[in-house]
Amino acid sequence: MPADTGTGSTAATDSSIGTAKAAAILRDVAREPGAKKPDSILVADGIRRQFGGLIAVDVGHLEVQRGVITALIGPNGAGKTTFFNLLTGFDRPDTGSWSFNGRSLDGVAAHKVARLGMVRTFQLTKVLSKLSVIENMRLAATGQSGENFVSALLPMRWRGQERANTERADSLLARFTLDTKRADFAGSLSGGQRKLLEMARALMVEPELVMLDEPMAGVNPALKQSLLGHVKTLRDEGRTVLFVEHDMDMVRDISDWVVVMAQGEIVAEGPPADVMVNPVVIDAYLGAHHDSDISVEAEERRLAAERDAGSADDAQHEETPA
Amino acid sequence: MNWDQIIEFSLRSAFGSEAIVYAMAAIGLNVHFGYTGLLNFGQAGFMAVGGYGIAASVTTFGLSFWVAVPIGILAAIVFALLLGAPTLRLRADYLAIVTIAAAEIIRIVVGSVSLQEYFGGRDGLQEFNDSFVAINPYDSSVNMVLFTLRPNDAWVFTVGWIMVGLACLLVWALMRSPWGRVLKSIREDEEAVRSLGKNVYSYKMQALVLGGVLGGIAGFLVALDQAAINPENFSTDVTFFAYTVLILGGAARVLGPVVGAIMFWFLISVLGNFFTQATAGDNPLISPEIMTGTQASLVRFIAAGLGLVLLVIFRPQGIFGDKREIALDAR
Repeated sequence: MPADTGTGSTAATDSSIGTAKAAAILRDVAREPGAKKPDSILVADGIRRQFGGLIAVDVGHLEVQRGVITALIGPNGAGKTTFFNLLTGFDRPDTGSWSFNGRSLDGVAAHKVARLGMVRTFQLTKVLSKLSVIENMRLAATGQSGENFVSALLPMRWRGQERANTERADSLLARFTLDTKRADFAGSLSGGQRKLLEMARALMVEPELVMLDEPMAGVNPALKQSLLGHVKTLRDEGRTVLFVEHDMDMVRDISDWVVVMAQGEIVAEGPPADVMVNPVVIDAYLGAHHDSDISVEAEERRLAAERDAGSADDAQHEETPA
Repeated sequence: MNWDQIIEFSLRSAFGSEAIVYAMAAIGLNVHFGYTGLLNFGQAGFMAVGGYGIAASVTTFGLSFWVAVPIGILAAIVFALLLGAPTLRLRADYLAIVTIAAAEIIRIVVGSVSLQEYFGGRDGLQEFNDSFVAINPYDSSVNMVLFTLRPNDAWVFTVGWIMVGLACLLVWALMRSPWGRVLKSIREDEEAVRSLGKNVYSYKMQALVLGGVLGGIAGFLVALDQAAINPENFSTDVTFFAYTVLILGGAARVLGPVVGAIMFWFLISVLGNFFTQATAGDNPLISPEIMTGTQASLVRFIAAGLGLVLLVIFRPQGIFGDKREIALDAR
C-alpha cells in the first residue's frame, strides 16, 4: 500500500531493486533508435506531424518497455511535447499508427486514452485552481456514477463511492505529503506542490502508463529529491513511466532507458550511461563538455588555450587588414 | 417627494415579475458561465425560444397550453444542441460570438413580416395563457405585506418564485454532486479534465442545455407575466442585464442570481422612481435645466452602471462570492 513507501530508507531499497530489475529486462535490447523491446506497452509507427513547413515530429518506430522508466530527452524544439500530445490524443498526427497494450489509438479521443490507462501530466501544471486539493483528487477517480446527470440528483447512488474515492485520495495525498493542504484551494499551492498534486491526481485514474511532461520544471531542489523518489515508486508498484525532461541529473538518476529526439526524429536509444556518451547524442544535444566538471584549473587551461589562439588570430588580422 | 411610494414601487419591482424573470435567466447563465465557464451571450435567445415556443403553440397552432409547455422546453433544448454542436469543441470565444448572433437571429426572425402569420411580427402574440389564468386560485387582490398585487400578478408571482426556488434546488443538488464537480473543473481547465478521462464535450453540452432550458423557463415567465409576447422582450440588453444580476449576486453561488436580481431591480427602481419624482411637478427638486422628466428615466441606468463599476472594483466576487477565489486569479 502507498503508506508503506512513506519512509525514505525502504523507498531507497525498493527502488534500487527496481532499478536492477529494469536493467535486467533491458539488458539484451539493441542500443539503436526504434529498438525492439521484450514487452512493449506502447508502440508507435511512422508518426508524423507537420505545422506548415515545419516537420515537428517524424518518428519511424518507437517501443516503450512495460514496467520501466523511460526518459524522452532532446534539445528545445525537438518535438518531445508534440509527440506526447500525439500519443495521448491531444493532437492528431498527419500519418502514422500507434497502439497501447495492442489496442490502436488512432482516432481515439484524449479522454478515452486516459480511461484506457494512459494518463499524462502537463509541462505547465494544470491544477484546478478554484477547487480544493481534495476535490482535485476526487475529480480524477474513474467510473463515478455521480457524474451522470440523473444519478447526480440521487446522492444515495454516489455517496458510498465518493467515500471510497475520498479515502483513496487521502492516502495518496499523504504519500505525496499534501495531506496538510487538503482543504486549500489548489491555486494556492507552490509550483512544486502543484507538480506533486498533478502526479497524485493522475494516480487516482489508476493508470498503467504514466506520462510526465517535464515533471521537474520549476521545482525547487529540496522538492526535486522527493519527486524523484515518487517517480521511482511508480515503477516499483508496477506502472510504466514515460517522461520528458530537460534536467539531466534527473534523467541520469532515475531513468532505466533513454530515448533521444532531435528535430522531430529519434536519434538514439539506450540506458542513460550509454546514451550520454553516444557521439550522435552529444552532437545533437549535450555539447562536448557535458560530462567534464568545471574546475578552476580546467577553466584556466581552456582560457589560456583561447588566449594563444586569439593572439595568433590577432597577428593574422594585422597582416591582412579587413 | 413621496418616499412611501418610492419604497413600495421599488419593493414590488424587487420581488415582482422583473426580478423573477431575471433571477431565472441568471440561474441559467450561472450554470453556463458561473459553473462551467461557457460564455453564453445569447440568453435572450433561449428566453425567446421558450416564450415563443409556448405562445406560438397555443395561439398559432391551437395546441393546449399544457402541451405547449413541454414544446417550449424542447425548443430550448434543440436550440442549445444546435448552438453547442459546432462551437463547444472550439475555443470559448466562439460560443460567445455564435450565441449573441443566434439570439439576434431569433429576435429578428420572430419579428419578421414574412412570418407574421406564425409569430405576429412586431406586435407579437397574445391570448395564449387562458389555461394558466383559469387555474388562478386568487380571486381578489393579495396583500403581500410590503405591497399589494392584483390576482393575476399574484398568480405569476407565486408560480414564478416556486419555479425559481425549484431551479435553485436543482442547481444546488447538481453542483454538490460529482457531476457539478466536473463542470467546475472544466471552468478551471478543460484540458486537465480531458487528461483525467472525462468527456469534456459531453459535459459542456449538458451544461449548455440545462442553462438554456432554465433560460427558456424565464421566457415562459415573461410571456405569462405580460399575457403577451413580442420581439422587443428579448433584445440583447436582456442578456447583459442577466449578466449584471449574476455578477452582482456572485457567480457560481446557488443563491447569487436570486439575490442579484432582487438587488438589481430594487436599485434600478429606487433610482428611477426617485429621479422621476424629483423632476416632476411645478417646483421640482432638480431644476429642469439640470435634468428633465424624460432624461430622468435614463439616469437610473447611468447610476446603475456606475454602481456596477464600483462593485467590480471593490467587491469583484459579488455579494456571495469568496474573496480568496478572486485572489487566485491574480497569481
